[in-house]
Amino acid sequence: MIVYILKRLAIAIPTLLVLIVASFMLMHAAPGGPFTSERQVPPEVLANLNAKYGLDQPLWRQIVTYLWGIIAHFDFGPSFTYKDRSVNDIIAQGFPVTLTYGFLSFIAAVLVGVSLGVTAAIKRNTLLDYIAVGISIGAQVLPNFVMAPILVLIFTLTLHWLPGGGWSFDDPRFWIMPVVALSTSYMASIARITRSSMLEVLSSNHIRTARAKGLPSRKIILRHALKPALLPVISYLGPAFVSMITGSVIVDVYFTTGGIGKSFVDSALNRDYAVMMGITILLGTLTIFFNLVVDIIYGWIDPKIRY
Amino acid sequence: MALLDVTDLNVRFDTQEGEVHAVNGVSFALEKGEALGIVGESGSGKSQLSFSILGLLAPNGKASGSVRFDGREILNLPESALNKIRADRIAMVFQDPMTALNPYMRISDQMAETLMLHKGLSKRDAIAQAVSMLDAVKIPDAKNRVRLFPHEFSGGMRQRVMIAMALLCKPDVLIADEPTTALDVTVQAQIMDLLGDLRRELGMATVLITHDLGVVAGFCERAIVMYGGQVMEQSPIDPLFAQPTHPYTRGLLAALPRLDHDSKMTPIRGNPPNMTGAPTGCPFCPRCDFVEDICHRTMPPLEGFADGRLRACHRSVDFIEEAA
Repeated sequence: MIVYILKRLAIAIPTLLVLIVASFMLMHAAPGGPFTSERQVPPEVLANLNAKYGLDQPLWRQIVTYLWGIIAHFDFGPSFTYKDRSVNDIIAQGFPVTLTYGFLSFIAAVLVGVSLGVTAAIKRNTLLDYIAVGISIGAQVLPNFVMAPILVLIFTLTLHWLPGGGWSFDDPRFWIMPVVALSTSYMASIARITRSSMLEVLSSNHIRTARAKGLPSRKIILRHALKPALLPVISYLGPAFVSMITGSVIVDVYFTTGGIGKSFVDSALNRDYAVMMGITILLGTLTIFFNLVVDIIYGWIDPKIRY
Repeated sequence: MALLDVTDLNVRFDTQEGEVHAVNGVSFALEKGEALGIVGESGSGKSQLSFSILGLLAPNGKASGSVRFDGREILNLPESALNKIRADRIAMVFQDPMTALNPYMRISDQMAETLMLHKGLSKRDAIAQAVSMLDAVKIPDAKNRVRLFPHEFSGGMRQRVMIAMALLCKPDVLIADEPTTALDVTVQAQIMDLLGDLRRELGMATVLITHDLGVVAGFCERAIVMYGGQVMEQSPIDPLFAQPTHPYTRGLLAALPRLDHDSKMTPIRGNPPNMTGAPTGCPFCPRCDFVEDICHRTMPPLEGFADGRLRACHRSVDFIEEAA
């Protein structure tokens, strides 16, 4: 098991390298650059700027310098847009915010989604099932850029219960609307996957064996059905968790939370190469890591999987 | 009074293609300690018949009629009442031991939960009893292997585990649904021998459901032959083989390979019936060599014609014997 984990982590290094080189080249392949603007910049100034940020070097050299900065100093370089801030600063400031509301959204989506899915499956073709399926379809088709303003309209402008934007680590009232807006569609997907896989498990032979033992249905669900029913949910949760904790542009923009979701989009618009690369690498690393976590959980649930 | 008394049992399934009549008016009685075979090809309703007795039908299935166990009506009892009977008084062995055991749980946990539930044992005592039951079904090194998962056993060993699990509470009735179908022939024989020994030891009444007449011949005292969800013939074993009186039973026997004389196997022509919609006439008539007009219109009643023997056929016994 430990050997397996080490092996997977070792494979992660070349994977990340490929990711870095590929996104670096794609970024530079696109026309324009961080200092292209509508106002004509004198060529001498542009040349100076390019020289300062190393953009006058050949591409392979830029990549090597960039990689060396990461490996030797864990330095992802300076932002091209905000002169006084490094990429590390931007991520250190924004990531805790997205991590907080993303993690809470994840917990909420899993708890509500799994319970909705299981309830719908157990009470198949009853009113409860229809309600649960209705809620999850509603949540799925309601995009969060529609939901966010509606939430603000109801809870801020009408009821005056919650602040309409901003962020505070000390005041949970700031967390509620971002979490609701982010978690709803994930919750719906989780509910749908849980319901269909639970239905499949409940009609399997080993559940009939469990019923033939005289076990009460609560025990059948908890002891015999839940584990296998959650396997497909778990493989969905790995990538979902990463995209949740790296935040959402919509949430960051509507609730001015200051998370890295907005920084990521801004960096793409501004051609802020360094910020773009930094967040891409963060995303890539988290994805690789949580895929590994999913595989480990799989092995723990399914005894047939041996590492 | 019989231990298990099934009267006019019907099983229906609501499906998109219409109502499937899986079991139609089946009646039989099982005495204490008796071994009864239920024979029929795939789709004859024999498995659904056994599931309906313990209320294990799929959610779209409905059973009607009467099943009296130990003098008490048990068909369509509420789950909580059925749960007291399941495994404790009437236990089941299922067809496919690869999928009938929970692949995610250790054998010890799967066996212990039955004893903890019905006998109120502690987990430790339950596992100890599980081990001695695994010894009884001749699983070598049961003490250590009880900790394994189902996929770590071979097919035959898994079916032994399944049998051990069913016998844990020493039930009055064991229903074995095609217990050897998924196994290869040499293992089949071992499992049937084992079941026979245990049955005699525990004095348990057994319903053996199978498509294999050979297995029935070696194991049962009496057999019911089913086709299209209906009973075609019911008879003690010896006369059933010596003098089959129903065209379907004769067809089944002719389709068996024989070692004692060099005869050709003759398969039954045609396909199993479509069970959608209410049956009219005898379900076997499209495949029957002795068919006459009335067969298409009315189902013959199941009537006694010899000691302990019943048959449902419009043609007389003499007519069929002469034709042979």
